[in-house]
Amino acid sequence: MTSVGLQECLLVGAVLFVAGILCMVTKRNAIGILMGSELVLNGANVNFVAFAYFHDLFNIEGQIFALFTIVMAAAEAAIALAIVLNFYNNHVTVDVDAAEDLKG
Amino acid sequence: MDFDAWPVIRAVVASLLLVTLAAGSAIIFIWMERKVAGRIQDRLGPTRVGGKFGWLQTIADGIKLIAKEDIIPAHADQLLFRISPYIAFVGVLLSFLVLPFGREIVGLPMNIAAFFMLSVLSTEVFGIILAGYGSGSKWSLFGGMREAAQMVSYEVPRALCVVIPVIAAGTLDLQLIAQQQAGFFWNWLIFHDPFQFLTFWVFFTVATAGCKRAPFDLAEAESELVAGFHTEYSGFRWCLFFMAEYGAMFAASALAVTLFLGGWHTGLFPADFMPGDFQTPLGILASILSVIVLIAKSWILVFVMMWIRWTLPRLRIDQVMMMCLKYLVPISCALLLLASLLPLTWNTLRLPGLRFRNPPAVPALPARQQNPAQETGHYTAALGPSFREHQPDLTGGEPHELR
Amino acid sequence: MSFADFLFWIVALWTGLSAVMVVVTQNIVRAALWLLFTLAGTAGLFFLLGADFVGAVQLLVYVGGILILLVFGVMLTAQGPFVNLRAGAGEWAVSIVVGLLLLGLLVSAFLMTDWRFLPAQPPDPAHSRYVNDLGLALLGSRDATPPGTLPGAPGPEPAERSRVAYLLPFEIVSVHLLVVLIGAAYLARARRRRGART
Repeated sequence: MTSVGLQECLLVGAVLFVAGILCMVTKRNAIGILMGSELVLNGANVNFVAFAYFHDLFNIEGQIFALFTIVMAAAEAAIALAIVLNFYNNHVTVDVDAAEDLKG
Repeated sequence: MDFDAWPVIRAVVASLLLVTLAAGSAIIFIWMERKVAGRIQDRLGPTRVGGKFGWLQTIADGIKLIAKEDIIPAHADQLLFRISPYIAFVGVLLSFLVLPFGREIVGLPMNIAAFFMLSVLSTEVFGIILAGYGSGSKWSLFGGMREAAQMVSYEVPRALCVVIPVIAAGTLDLQLIAQQQAGFFWNWLIFHDPFQFLTFWVFFTVATAGCKRAPFDLAEAESELVAGFHTEYSGFRWCLFFMAEYGAMFAASALAVTLFLGGWHTGLFPADFMPGDFQTPLGILASILSVIVLIAKSWILVFVMMWIRWTLPRLRIDQVMMMCLKYLVPISCALLLLASLLPLTWNTLRLPGLRFRNPPAVPALPARQQNPAQETGHYTAALGPSFREHQPDLTGGEPHELR
Repeated sequence: MSFADFLFWIVALWTGLSAVMVVVTQNIVRAALWLLFTLAGTAGLFFLLGADFVGAVQLLVYVGGILILLVFGVMLTAQGPFVNLRAGAGEWAVSIVVGLLLLGLLVSAFLMTDWRFLPAQPPDPAHSRYVNDLGLALLGSRDATPPGTLPGAPGPEPAERSRVAYLLPFEIVSVHLLVVLIGAAYLARARRRRGART
């Protein structure tokens, strides 16, 4: 039985990333798309922390990048929700298919 | 296959003990709440069940609750309704994991224990918001929204108030913080400097509000909202919410005790009076005593919360939010600023009287070489030469008093 | 298989399954519940990988902050009690094919990479002092990042890695966060609703 290594962690990260992409693609609710982007960022974070753990040289870098990503995700969620609320105010729906005002 | 059974056994035993502690203290708190309420309202409280003081009342209540039918409303979202009590309870229970009950008596030793406790206590609110939404009832939804708004707002001053004693202690490890407060009670962090003293009261107020206790229990205001987010709950799931609430009270009180009130130390004996290791019979006795002392101190704080509940009238929801955002947040910010400026000025000007701990030396691990940054990092160099004058000793050897 | 490996597989399965459930679930609040499980599982992975501080930040910011915000957003924008917005079957089929291709690409990328430069043994999971190193690095101490030669770098002689500090990025992120919060508050301020009502 092999012990858990870097590749297993990267696999988890890849699964999270792909699930996030799928979530962003298939959801029509704007908040669902936001959830997908959180999943994508989490997949990246898992990779960062895994690299940090498995190579001593990058321990600080990996964790600090993960921290910055989390902060960015918080900022992104706040802004995106504000946009969604505005969108709802104007269109009375959160269906992103309704966002076609700029279509030529 | 080299499966090491020892960590598994240790983990299982520790988690069973912690669940027992959470459930057991909930049982005692409910009885206590009834007695305190009764006495404050000039009644006797429970007297019949189980002898003179009605001390079996909670057991009777518990049997009644478990025997009740588990009702799920037709309009509820089944999954959310079923799962949210567990989320709330797990969030509270996880915070017990890093709580030090004595020297080396801790579920999971972690060097960011205080921060971990804050973060898992903040996950309880998600169970509540899901319960409010999943019940499919307007009372529950309003209660859940109020509750979430209140708890999320009060997290900010709570985190700020935890940082202040952490500055004085120089570590996030609750075990080290408690060990620093060994000896007589003037070694406790609450008596460290005036700002810590003020912080304790702010923290206790905020913790009371964070546990949604009266006078901040707007979410469960029965005169307006039936029972808030748990209106639709009955039986065992309701019981879990109740245990989560009392567990949160215990966790917040124990955090306050560990940060400000000396942790497991009685405050009546000089430091090193009792060894608290597992080598000698005296050490084992001291360990048992330390567990009892910590639990007793936390119970006293929980008693104060109950006392406040039955003494003060309930605030309005806008008053609750205003108190947090307009008063408690600025006060805790100012306290944080002053408490972090105090050691800097005191140590740079070499004033007499107060003695402050330095940022702790990091214990060397065998796996990695000792980093020279720990000795002459830019951080400490920037704070002036005298900042590192007193050699750090995290185990409470250094005098630590206000003369 | 050691206990830590066992735990890793449990948490990894839990995280992956919850992430898939986020995609599959149509009800948006249930998706938030599965997202909670995913995020908690990721925090668990961080704890297992020795990044205690990052795990706790993940719990505090994601579960205590972002998720609550998302659920509030759902409640503020829901027309009915339980919202359902579905994608069509064709869109599902295409996206699943693309997703599987993407997963295959990622997996083959890390399977084909030569990982031999990694140390044979991962470091001791009980590296508690890394939190202090994190703090020092964020405060601008270059000494917190360990010296060494870059593994896998091209060129004849091993390249010395540059030792960096993170004070400036830290400050930039802080100011950025402040700006974002003010901007979000400005965007989401209460206004009279206008436009089409359906």
